[in-house]
Amino acid sequence: MNGAPLLSVEDVAVELPTPRGPLRAVDGVDLTLGAGRTLGIVGESGCGKTMLSRVILQLLPKKARLSGRVMFDGQDLARIDRERLRKLRGRSLAVVFQDPMTSLNPVLTIGTQLGETLQEHLEFDSVHARTRSAELLAAVGIPAPEQRLAQYPHQLSGGMRQRVAIAIALSCEPKLLIADEPTTALDVTIQAQILDLLAREQRRRHMAMILITHDLGVVAGRTDEVAVMYAGRVVERAPTPSLFRAMQMPYTEALLAAIPKLDAAPHAPLPAISGRPPDPTRPLKGCSFSPRCRYAVARCHQEKPALTASRSTDHHYACFHPIQLAAGADA
Amino acid sequence: MATLELAIQEDVAAASARQPGRLGVLFWIAIGWMALVFAVAILADLLPMPSPTDMDMLERRGPVSVEHWLGTDGLGRDELARLIYGARISLVVGLCAPMIGLVIGGALGMVAGYFRGRFETLVVGSMDVLLAFPPLILALAVTAFVGQSILNLTCILGVLGIPAFMRVARAATLTLARREFVIAAQALGATHARILLRELLPNVLLPLVAFFLLGVAITIVAEGALSFLGLGVPPPISSWGSMIGEGRESLDVAPRLAFFPAFAFFLTVLAFNLVGDTLKALTDPRQGAL
Repeated sequence: MNGAPLLSVEDVAVELPTPRGPLRAVDGVDLTLGAGRTLGIVGESGCGKTMLSRVILQLLPKKARLSGRVMFDGQDLARIDRERLRKLRGRSLAVVFQDPMTSLNPVLTIGTQLGETLQEHLEFDSVHARTRSAELLAAVGIPAPEQRLAQYPHQLSGGMRQRVAIAIALSCEPKLLIADEPTTALDVTIQAQILDLLAREQRRRHMAMILITHDLGVVAGRTDEVAVMYAGRVVERAPTPSLFRAMQMPYTEALLAAIPKLDAAPHAPLPAISGRPPDPTRPLKGCSFSPRCRYAVARCHQEKPALTASRSTDHHYACFHPIQLAAGADA
Repeated sequence: MATLELAIQEDVAAASARQPGRLGVLFWIAIGWMALVFAVAILADLLPMPSPTDMDMLERRGPVSVEHWLGTDGLGRDELARLIYGARISLVVGLCAPMIGLVIGGALGMVAGYFRGRFETLVVGSMDVLLAFPPLILALAVTAFVGQSILNLTCILGVLGIPAFMRVARAATLTLARREFVIAAQALGATHARILLRELLPNVLLPLVAFFLLGVAITIVAEGALSFLGLGVPPPISSWGSMIGEGRESLDVAPRLAFFPAFAFFLTVLAFNLVGDTLKALTDPRQGAL
């Protein structure tokens, strides 16, 4: 990652007004992503992953208040005018959503939905757009693409639909693809295929990708860097191998422990993380994970740990008692 | 290899085409009746029929005969001819008035449901005011004020239909605008106009068209009611409602004078409703795939 990164999110916070008071969905997040790199964002439901992706796409709810900067390709997305932003979306920034059932328009044919983007951004004529659409469908592994163009989303299976959604996202050769839980709504057998497809297309097009998921297993082999989010904050950020070799944050460890193991004895209880994430409208004084953390001490409840680098410079974590030290103390 | 490709093509074609056998006999009877009514209404001038306005005072309330297939009315006018010319009025008003509601109400509802905010409050508020008026009284008052003509009648019934169409369009838009494909379109750089016209309109149009067919039936009835009250089309012209109204005077001696237009009325409204329901179930490409 030399030179200016493609995307840098600097001290971004999002506040949503709710009847119970302002809700901090994203709280002081810093991230950078170089061209052609993959960043995994992991965390449980409601931790701000999706809101963070909406920040990057500037698709926040109208009432949301955003602070911080989102630098993409040298411009601050939060401050450029709407027309420039509109041209950037689709052209340089693309997104694949969680549920292909709802992210495709049910009453338009696949061909129309694919061709429209091409005609709008690349100014293709309709014939050219049609042949290009068929090529794109073939590229994402859809058989008989010519016939598929005339079909409606409900005539395709879930995996096929997600392939179509990916084809639409890839159609204008974006520089950054945000995949927001692209496999959560799909069959387990299809999941790996879709993730492999994303990885293959990413390599081929040299685009950067943000892979948002709640499954550490998904990011393990497919990302360069992982950011673990909890209660709107990034609590651990490290290159993927470093994260899995030496995770520092108790939350990351708990997340990993909660993945069912194939070799576990039948009916062995799954180690779930007890308790619930803190109420985002009532921020805690100390570390937001402290009420659920088994290593927590008095200081954890009083002070918020900052995201700091450890021995290796690029492994960041926000914890007073990283696991390695806690384990050492136990021994 | 060639056979394999052929098989795929057939498969795809079968999936996208719908079998006509599924529609049922009733649907085709309804279509047949509608086609008949439309055909005679359009071709009324060319049909070998007595004039609907020529009176024959010697043959008032004449019985069914070779000369007058359905007999004559209280003023000796040919009942069949009046029925056919009446169909013209009923259909013109019945189709044009809901069209006004569909276009204006649909556009208002979609814009209100998509942009929300003050505009929505204003639109919904003014529609509530319009709805709060008893529709028949309003129609009566306006007809009495601006005069009786087919155009006035159509406009009044059309304006009265706007709130209902607005509500249908707004409700559909509200739920659709939150769906991910709209966010996806925004993420792909679509403009507001494009999202409204290309993404939302095809979705909103389905419930609107189904409601339109219902609206046609309701409007034909409303036009009939106004004509029955003598505030529909001006007298020499016949409409089904005014024919029932005139037939009322001779219910005891010649009940068929009220019965024939009422029956035509009943069949036509039923046909529109049947076709509307069937088309709604059929043209919905979402087919439980939500």
